[in-house]
Amino acid sequence: MSQAGKGFGPLHPAAAAARDLLSPSDLSRERQLELYRWLALNRAVEDRLTNLYRQGKVVGGLYSSRGQEAISIGTACALAPQDVLAPLIRNLGALLVRGIRPREIFMQYMARGGSPTGGKDCNLHFGDLSRGVMAPISMLGALIPMMAGVALASRLQKVDRVALTYIGDGGTSTGDFHEGMNLAAVLQVPLVVIAEHNGYAYSTPTDRQMRIRDLAQRAAAYGIPASIVDGNDVLAVYEATRRAVERARAGGGPAMIEVKTFRMKGHAEHDDASYVPAALKAEWEAKDPIRRFERHLVDRGLASREELATIVAGLQRELDEDVAFALDSPLPPAERAFDGVYEPGEVTA
Amino acid sequence: MSETTYLEAIRQALAEEMAADPTVFLLGEDIGRFGGAFKVTEGLLDRFGPERVIDTPISESGFVGAAIGASMMGMKPVVEFQFIDFMANAFDMIVNAAGTSRYRWGQKVPLVLRGPSGGGVHGSAFHSGNPEGYYCHAPGLKVVAPSTPSDARGLLKAAIRDPNPVIFLEHKFLYRRIKEELVEGDGIVPLGRARIARAGRHLTVVTWAAMVHVALDAAAALAGEGIELEIVDLRTLKPMDDEAVLASVRRTNRALVLSEEPQTGSFAAEVAARIAELAFGFLDAPVARLCCPDTPVPYSPPLEAAYLPDVPKLIAKARQLLAY
Ligand SMILES: Cc1ncc(C[n+]2csc(CCOP(=O)(O)OP(=O)(O)O)c2C)c(N)n1
Repeated sequence: MSQAGKGFGPLHPAAAAARDLLSPSDLSRERQLELYRWLALNRAVEDRLTNLYRQGKVVGGLYSSRGQEAISIGTACALAPQDVLAPLIRNLGALLVRGIRPREIFMQYMARGGSPTGGKDCNLHFGDLSRGVMAPISMLGALIPMMAGVALASRLQKVDRVALTYIGDGGTSTGDFHEGMNLAAVLQVPLVVIAEHNGYAYSTPTDRQMRIRDLAQRAAAYGIPASIVDGNDVLAVYEATRRAVERARAGGGPAMIEVKTFRMKGHAEHDDASYVPAALKAEWEAKDPIRRFERHLVDRGLASREELATIVAGLQRELDEDVAFALDSPLPPAERAFDGVYEPGEVTA
Repeated sequence: MSETTYLEAIRQALAEEMAADPTVFLLGEDIGRFGGAFKVTEGLLDRFGPERVIDTPISESGFVGAAIGASMMGMKPVVEFQFIDFMANAFDMIVNAAGTSRYRWGQKVPLVLRGPSGGGVHGSAFHSGNPEGYYCHAPGLKVVAPSTPSDARGLLKAAIRDPNPVIFLEHKFLYRRIKEELVEGDGIVPLGRARIARAGRHLTVVTWAAMVHVALDAAAALAGEGIELEIVDLRTLKPMDDEAVLASVRRTNRALVLSEEPQTGSFAAEVAARIAELAFGFLDAPVARLCCPDTPVPYSPPLEAAYLPDVPKLIAKARQLLAY
């Protein structure tokens, strides 16, 4: 694995070529500032979680999407309200866009009774279909066939609902990924898969995970069209997703978008990622998606630095309240361990 | 000799067997330079090289299938699952391909499938599994669940030398929490033999893995009242040491099976059934079980505490049996 750094570089042509400029976009100033607000909120929530983790308040592990926020935000913002999204652990931003409140996430990570799962499950392992969110599954790949099923239901029910989910480079090595992709292709269901090529799966660099350069090649094997996008360019991610979603909505079948990015922290907070070459990390640090979008907004005269700072200050104040609320909320009562396994509802003769 | 943790004992067993037998090799996710998610294989890549400590893609069904194939050709693969829960992703390979081979066409499959199992560390449903019931049910597999560093080392060495597929459940709660001095030499602990972890005459507690320590603590607490629990640590669940269990029950006339599995369809149910079937005449009370409730493993500390068997729950159950 000593050649990890070397092997990794050429894997990311789009990213390597990425200049500081973001893609041109027809999005209004308001929509672009909205994207900015979500990006800033995503990072701020995770920074708060990191603090809580260091204070020993988070129960279990903490997984960060630092450096990958543009993917969660760009994709989730391209969906319509009726669409269904299934996140993975690095898609906290997508949950925020779908209307999950930061206090719910804080409570969930701190195992509080008022959390979305009532303390039964951890980190982002919760869902709420009323907000179009399917709960993630740890077993990597499992969400692909499940979301193909969500999309299949759209077709059977003749409703306009696109399914969108994510998979890491490592996750694309699982059998479930391949079975789910093939099935989605054969059934031609409205499924959009976001393949996050972030360089590492835990400690394993992508070139030890597969012998192809682009995850997009995986989709080609099933006859699913795939595009490759700079994952640190929120506008490019948004545009590519919008196109794929529109196509799926119009009956065009599944699509995949490979987003080239980098995991800026360890696999989880306990992992110092010492296996990542420092130069590689520094290279990607310079491509930070939030800093890049700020420069874009300022350079194009869409916002001043002061306006952006005001947005961030406003959401930090909200987060102060959310963190305090979550810290004050109690752990669940022990009896809750025993309830809720089955849905009530008896079938009588 | 200095004290060795359960985790170090497992690493030692791997290193010793790899040094002794060139056909032994390791497969799993992040087990090379990173040394595994729990650091069990730390240092083994440096010592044995990348041909014998092989990092795999995230492809449980794939690498278990490959391990089965290599094993049939005379190699001895030891597969690590990052969490034992992910063994489910290779269920078909394990149960249908590995488990049935010897019976169907006489082809042995010497193979060890190991990884961290068990709860108590707030891992929630997908990272706290106790899957012994599933795999004990499948013909052709052996299932091992050690409770001490010496047993972890000695049983793993026996598992690697065994000519059958062996599932080796390492309890992650024990990895760094218990230590002991290991015996010099091979220290082999044969598969299929239970041990009396504590002798007593009033009630037999049959258990394994982390629950052995709960039973020992409960026994220590009850000893003050003159109640003596006898604790049978099964060590190997399949094949199970019936004779050790029955002999103990014949001495104490009461039996309680303690297990960290959801109760229904658990391996504990099998143990209880065997006692009822084979030692009915010796029993002064019905065989009891103390297991987890039939729910997924909850995450929040108060919920997980309510879920897991512990010393007070065991003492209460023991008193009920003794008062029967
Ligand atoms: C089937 C399966 N095997 C192993 C794991 C343990 N595991 C959790 S995350 C992870 C690495 C995932 O890498 P990747 O898919 O590239 O996503 P990233 O973490 O880089 O976002 C592993 C091996 C798992 N969750 N599921």
